[in-house]
Amino acid sequence: MPMRLLSVVVLVAALGGAVYADARSDAKAQVEFGIAVAQRGLWKEAIYRWERATQIDPTYAAGHNNLAVAYEHEGMLDKAAEAYERALKLEPDNVLVRQNFELFKEIHDRTTQSQNP
Amino acid sequence: MTGRPSLKILSCILAVGVAGCASFYEIPIETPIAAKLDVSAFQRVFIAGFISGGTDDVDGNLETVRLLRSQLRMKSNLRVVDADVLPLLDVASGRSEAASGSQAREGVAPDAPEIKNEKDLQPYEHIFADADYWKRIGEEYQNPLIVTGTVLFIPHSQAGMVQREREVIDPLGRRRVEPTREYMERKGFILQEKFIFIDGRSGAQIYSEALREERLYNQNDNTPALSSYFELMDEIIPRFLSTLSTQRVRGSRVLIK
Repeated sequence: MPMRLLSVVVLVAALGGAVYADARSDAKAQVEFGIAVAQRGLWKEAIYRWERATQIDPTYAAGHNNLAVAYEHEGMLDKAAEAYERALKLEPDNVLVRQNFELFKEIHDRTTQSQNP
Repeated sequence: MTGRPSLKILSCILAVGVAGCASFYEIPIETPIAAKLDVSAFQRVFIAGFISGGTDDVDGNLETVRLLRSQLRMKSNLRVVDADVLPLLDVASGRSEAASGSQAREGVAPDAPEIKNEKDLQPYEHIFADADYWKRIGEEYQNPLIVTGTVLFIPHSQAGMVQREREVIDPLGRRRVEPTREYMERKGFILQEKFIFIDGRSGAQIYSEALREERLYNQNDNTPALSSYFELMDEIIPRFLSTLSTQRVRGSRVLIK
């Protein structure tokens, strides 16, 4: 009986891992396609791909980072801020995400600094 | 037209297969920054003039009007009204005297008011709140968006420790740049501008923004005041333009896999 329980646990863990690996590789394919289209200036298509990637695997920081860059390029600054924050929450030590976020903040702060009299 | 994007997408599919090695890519982006002010109600903009002060080497009023008009002609959809610059200082001083029973301000000749700092500007700032005056100007120029305000361009000097980079050669003959701190006396200018945007239809103020920039040069540089003024305006103009029209900020970001 304990042997049977153990084998079930192992099976569930293995399946879980396989599902996770599948989600990551599917998300990665979307991210790579998004990069290729963004490099050709097709930012709307890139957004669609990276949104798909983050739906497939919400723990994939690269998807959120790239989505933030695309939102920034399209002038959707609030959405960009949220996406950068999600990416940094997932990978707080990622220097590339942090660098992107710092550059983004410079622009974002400039737009929110203005006040009416 | 429709074949082009699909061709691009096909080439992307190929690119994904080929460029599988790198894990990050630097990409140029242009972030659009929405205008701070909704100017859709206006077809024209009139840079009316400024109350200016500071150094006598630069006419802050004329130079600022010229520069802003030329920038707006190039970078804004609004039609720029090409009219004489308003002598705002004279208008405001006339009004000051009328308000105070024709008494000239203490220590200042009524025909040549000296404005050397922010405090000196204060007696004239009431002109910006005079809705009737601005409404009349608006009627004269077909109800434009009126831009006015104050310009203060003042000499400035500062002495103290400054960090600089110095090239050194180590005992092995290798060149290296290292930071050093040294005492320096520097002089330059401060440019303080307050832009006031007035609705030419009602004469009411709709927005104002104060901007300040300063630049210091080595004591021996002898940088002319006018060239320093243009350097400082280079910093201020993008912020002024971003009030009236959408600007695109160029930069680069990193995409990661």
